[in-house]
Amino acid sequence: MDAKLKETILNPIFKGNPITVLVLGICSSLAVTVTLKGALVMALSVIVVTGISSLILSLLRNTIPGRVRIIVQLVVVAMMVILVDQILKSFEATYAIDKQLSVYIGLIITHCIVMGRIEAFALGNKPWPSFLDGVANGVGYGLILIIVAFFRELLGSGTLFGFDILNRFGYVPNNLVILPPFALILLGCIVWVQRSIQKDLQEK
Amino acid sequence: MEYLSLFVKSIFVDNMIFAYFLGMCSFLAVSKSVKTAAGLGVAVIAVLLITLPVNYLLNTYVLAPDALIKGVDLSFLSFIVFIAVIAAIVQIVEMLVEKFSPELYSALGIFLPLIAVNCAILGGSLFMQQKDFLNIGEATVYALGSGIGWFLAIVSLAAIREKMSYSNVPAALKGLGITFITVGLMGIAFMTFMGISL
Repeated sequence: MDAKLKETILNPIFKGNPITVLVLGICSSLAVTVTLKGALVMALSVIVVTGISSLILSLLRNTIPGRVRIIVQLVVVAMMVILVDQILKSFEATYAIDKQLSVYIGLIITHCIVMGRIEAFALGNKPWPSFLDGVANGVGYGLILIIVAFFRELLGSGTLFGFDILNRFGYVPNNLVILPPFALILLGCIVWVQRSIQKDLQEK
Repeated sequence: MEYLSLFVKSIFVDNMIFAYFLGMCSFLAVSKSVKTAAGLGVAVIAVLLITLPVNYLLNTYVLAPDALIKGVDLSFLSFIVFIAVIAAIVQIVEMLVEKFSPELYSALGIFLPLIAVNCAILGGSLFMQQKDFLNIGEATVYALGSGIGWFLAIVSLAAIREKMSYSNVPAALKGLGITFITVGLMGIAFMTFMGISL
């Protein structure tokens, strides 16, 4: 694999992370991080949607007229999201999670990462790198989602993936962690840690 | 009376930002000054107020099971229909504003077209689908309430950020980090409305 392709894959995961550096896609990400299971399903859905819609739009990039490209992008992304939603609904194991994620699966359509990567990368690059770029950005997004969900489920319910971890040692679950605002505070702390390591990201 | 309670509830209890994190991207990006924040807030209220009733009508008379043709359930198409309606209406609003009020158009600038991909707008339509409103009046009141809630949230965050530029924040927390934490603390303040039943 050549260096440029490697950079395409590795950059979104840490140095150019979509959530903590580009501030894209926070809208639908925080409400789904109460449990690890929900976060994992959400992350996988976003990876599939970003990867495949980047691929499709990169294949179409020379035929779409510039003026109507936003609508074409939205239609392709919406189609992918409908497919993911229908697949989640059709299995018994994932049906409950689809219900729990409620509107947030539908909101992947307006997920800034999907549109942002299509605009910034897929429309100017060949299909294969575009696909990798989409998948890598989905992974970078999913990584933050899973870190946040890990702490929220562990501290908020004392469990991980529904298995009891802390409660057996007499831990009293902290309800504040379950509430939506705590996800933002946790995300603020993740940004703090990352920017302490990577000093060039600090804002003046 | 029911309208009033729905209105107050959608502003404070079900606040788009603090309860559901919708429209977060533009909320964080555009909250650096109160003036631009207020402009975007007004645009969001306007677009919500038009798209939500239109999507309500489409949802009730076209997409719902047995609505258009007996035995046909088109509800799986709702995402694509909603987003197409929103994109089209944003386009029309943009052209109208440009024609009739060029001042407002230049003040809003890039934010107007970007509203099409603002999660708060699509989120409003998806919540409308979940909540099963009885008539178009309720859907309109809900749209107005959640728009105003979004407006209040972005204006107050912008005001806090303007003040915060004078305070001494750790270097690594400056900008994005401290904004996240501020929004979290504001969210906790909004949680006080949670137990209120109207």
